[in-house]
Amino acid sequence: MTRITSPAPPPRAVRRQAADAAARRTTIGSPGTSGAHPGAGRRAGGKVRRWVRAGGLSTLVFFLPTLVVFALFSWWPILRSLPLSMEQTNFISTQWVWFDNFTKVLSDPLLPTAVLNTTWFTVLALVIGFPVPLILGIAIGELRRSRQIAAVFVYLPVILPPVAAVLLWQTFYDPSSHGVFNTLLGWLGIGPLPWLNSAGLAMPSIVLQATWASFGTATIVYLATIMSVQTELYDAAEVDGSGIWNRIWHITLPQLRGVILVLLLLQLIGTFQIFTEPYVMTGGGPENHTLTILMLIFRYAFVSGNYGTATALSVLLAIGLGILSFVYLRVTRRWSNS
Amino acid sequence: MSRALEQPRIRRRAAFEPGERSIVSPLDKKRSGPRILIWVGTILLLVVVTLVCVGPLAWLFKASTSTSNEILANPFSLWPTGLHWENFTQAWAKVNFGRYFLNTLWTVGGSTILALIVATTGGYGLAVLKPKYAKAVFVAVLATLFIPGVISLVSLYLTVNDLGLLGTYPAVWFPAETSAFNILLVQRFFASLPAEIFEAARIDGAGPFRIFFSLVLPLSRPVIGVVALLSAIGSYKDFLWPLLALPDPAAQPISVVLPSFSHSMPLAQFMAVLFVSVLVPVALFMVFQRDILRAAGNSGAVKG
Repeated sequence: MTRITSPAPPPRAVRRQAADAAARRTTIGSPGTSGAHPGAGRRAGGKVRRWVRAGGLSTLVFFLPTLVVFALFSWWPILRSLPLSMEQTNFISTQWVWFDNFTKVLSDPLLPTAVLNTTWFTVLALVIGFPVPLILGIAIGELRRSRQIAAVFVYLPVILPPVAAVLLWQTFYDPSSHGVFNTLLGWLGIGPLPWLNSAGLAMPSIVLQATWASFGTATIVYLATIMSVQTELYDAAEVDGSGIWNRIWHITLPQLRGVILVLLLLQLIGTFQIFTEPYVMTGGGPENHTLTILMLIFRYAFVSGNYGTATALSVLLAIGLGILSFVYLRVTRRWSNS
Repeated sequence: MSRALEQPRIRRRAAFEPGERSIVSPLDKKRSGPRILIWVGTILLLVVVTLVCVGPLAWLFKASTSTSNEILANPFSLWPTGLHWENFTQAWAKVNFGRYFLNTLWTVGGSTILALIVATTGGYGLAVLKPKYAKAVFVAVLATLFIPGVISLVSLYLTVNDLGLLGTYPAVWFPAETSAFNILLVQRFFASLPAEIFEAARIDGAGPFRIFFSLVLPLSRPVIGVVALLSAIGSYKDFLWPLLALPDPAAQPISVVLPSFSHSMPLAQFMAVLFVSVLVPVALFMVFQRDILRAAGNSGAVKG
């Protein structure tokens, strides 16, 4: 961290001070006396002046955009959430209601529905969305001339605006026998399926779409990590007579372990905050079967205008995710140590 | 100096380029069993990836140049009555597309330019100037990476409202700049520049502004490009926040206003609108694929 400011060649500030002190010494002509130490009354002003002269002010100017933007639009809203969750507020008046918002949230019959739906989404997204990028990343890493084009194709869905992708898939999920997916299934003699109109199929349909839209991200991260795996290990393993599967299991996967653990946690945190896909695709239906926690927060705040209640649920979700991350990191640390 | 410039570039180029070997070795490829398997596997992989990832977009193009009846009767019929380009012109006339594109340009452009200002100045302060409080700022910025965004959704909305920004474009721009990831990216790049050049410039009498504008910025063109691309794409993709910050549909960017079109026009025209809305990011991606993929690959390492 201190590569530039502190080491051997004295920084400009120090040299300036030294020069100033030297200049003063020569004018006063008595080295080692009060010349280097300004009087008590001038000390505060001198400090500021010295700070400015040492570049403190211009440094602060460079920090200003970051500080202002983060303070107003990140740090302050995060801190404000805590008191806000105990207030009842509209745009005009605010009332402190202690834990009323929390009891209101916890007694809402829709909360268990939303929590169950969101958990179901997370589990499904994990089952489908976790192994696919890993396998694809390893497989694409084996390609030679077609590696770049395969990587481009895999990342293509990630580039699309989620809303456009969701609306496109909504068309695919047309429940009539002439829908895109139902036509495909019809060739195999299956269907037609009701997709988004069915209570049981709606959530898996959304997971399928969300996975399609996001699997490229993890695939590219795995691919980039695999490309940096030390290849000498493969040579060594091969000399020892280990086959292709053994090399994947004993060399590739262990080197990916750190990345796998992080991506898994990020996926968990991300999927628990799922909103756009169910909001655009089903609006929470049929009969709240795809209502997620974030959609419930959205409804509290921006449909009913209960900002305090919405924030209380946000805080609960954030605490839940915090506990989840903590436990996850604890468990996986033990696992990777053993 | 020239070595300093080349060094990061070489490392970055190597990211996806074919290395000497991978899991499967040249020796494996010589044996007939694995060779056939590898050949079949490669073909299968490429076909599946193409169908799954490009297929839906190809279908979207087909649908946006067919008639609604053709799409509904048989979604896989290939232009039985020729290409219907008129879908685009009809859709364009119907929804005042130009306005939404201007809105989009305005939100994306503003977010990107501000993101560059925040990330470069912040990265410069954190990596090069390094005052005493730099560490505290760095920690506070990084901490936001680990706090789930949901916690501040409502309070951010109220804060923006208190500031009188609700319904204005800055309400979309500023929250998008609180990207710890961008700052981290730039900070890392600046920290990788050799300290001697800054020292030399300082001895030559250049102040922090001079060093920033005539030394750091020209040297950091690659990372600036990456931050600009990531911000532009991220801002084009964003849905929930612009939906809240710009309640007036006439001011919303294209990706926010899209769902409202789905019931107001024939299917074929709607597909044409969707196609146009994905065309811009796809074109950007095709042009800058190497930089975008490299940044996407590194993001795991940074987050890790």
